[in-house]
Amino acid sequence: MTVADGLSEIVLPDDPSLGPEVQIDYPGYRSTRWRAPNQPLVSVPEELHSLAGPVFGEDTVCSADADLTRQHDGEPIGERIIVHGRVLDTDGRPLRGALVEIWQANACGRYRHDVDQHPAPLDPNFSGAGRCLTDDDGRYEFITIKPGAYPWGNHENAWRPAHIHFSLFGRLFTQRLVTQMYFPGDPLFPFDPIFNSVRDPKSRALLVSRFDLAETVPDWALAFEWDIVLGRGGSDATPIEEHE
Amino acid sequence: MKTPSQTVGPYYTIGLVRDRGDQSRLADDGIPLVGTLFDGQGEPISDGLIEAWDAAGGRWGRSGTDADGRFALRVPADASHVEVYVFARGLLRHQWTRIYLDDPGDDPVLGSVDPSRRGTLIAQRESDGLRFDIHMQGDDATVFFVH
Repeated sequence: MTVADGLSEIVLPDDPSLGPEVQIDYPGYRSTRWRAPNQPLVSVPEELHSLAGPVFGEDTVCSADADLTRQHDGEPIGERIIVHGRVLDTDGRPLRGALVEIWQANACGRYRHDVDQHPAPLDPNFSGAGRCLTDDDGRYEFITIKPGAYPWGNHENAWRPAHIHFSLFGRLFTQRLVTQMYFPGDPLFPFDPIFNSVRDPKSRALLVSRFDLAETVPDWALAFEWDIVLGRGGSDATPIEEHE
Repeated sequence: MKTPSQTVGPYYTIGLVRDRGDQSRLADDGIPLVGTLFDGQGEPISDGLIEAWDAAGGRWGRSGTDADGRFALRVPADASHVEVYVFARGLLRHQWTRIYLDDPGDDPVLGSVDPSRRGTLIAQRESDGLRFDIHMQGDDATVFFVH
């Protein structure tokens, strides 16, 4: 069997009909097999579409949480980058006060986690976790280092493209999103079943950040811009209330 | 067009279960609610994440699953139900279920579920609290919702 033959089982052809929906039983990503639901999903009544979600106050974050390069005594090794963008609903309205949480591997492709046994060094100056609330225009910004690609056991010679994990809470319960941000032009894209589990190429492209020369800080850091669009906000959305 | 979902992966605790105290209590004086997250082979899922939301009371919490697939929350005693999102490696999108603290009788959401599967959404009462196991697949699979 050639490598190309093997790949055809790992990455399926594009299917634009799926739109933004990820294929939850994507066979090339092995862990889906016994975990993705295989019984019919039940549609909730219409009124639950506009159910308010949790709201997180300023006490959830501190300003240091958004700079992953200053959480230890020294600076982490790696390519310093700025990752920024807006959180919007599908009508283009900014979501303010949205909690954004991120986590990532270090520059060598190693996570600070007991389960990660990739033989690449840990960085004593990098934890790889950040969070912030979006501002009034829905903007977020993190300073971090560019994560490395890393091998994983999914199939022979499997490597994840470099990515940052993102978790977002929108205004509505149904706007909850956990996803991954990728970097433009990554040569591993055609071989990664997780990235390709979004089978519509236009939707898949929404997972890829844009190199942003305008926000690059000379002599200091490159910048990448990535807007995140949560589901429909709904005109009848319940007003925001602080939860305890 | 909305941004697609991707799996939370095996290392989510770095970003989502961290230093800001115990997130597992929706209410400090709530009822203990424990359960195990199972895969389709009946094996516990040890890298799952459960988020619970009492929308009526505005109370939220989350718990990772441990080596035995167990999660533990405290849920408000006065809530009829909590909305739940399940995240895990292997789940490319989180899954929505609902825990009724007690059989609600006539309820529009439970009523929309096939009668044979309604029991998967109702917590079991035990001497020291509530139990709610989550089965991702199989004949006894928990009901998951879409919107």
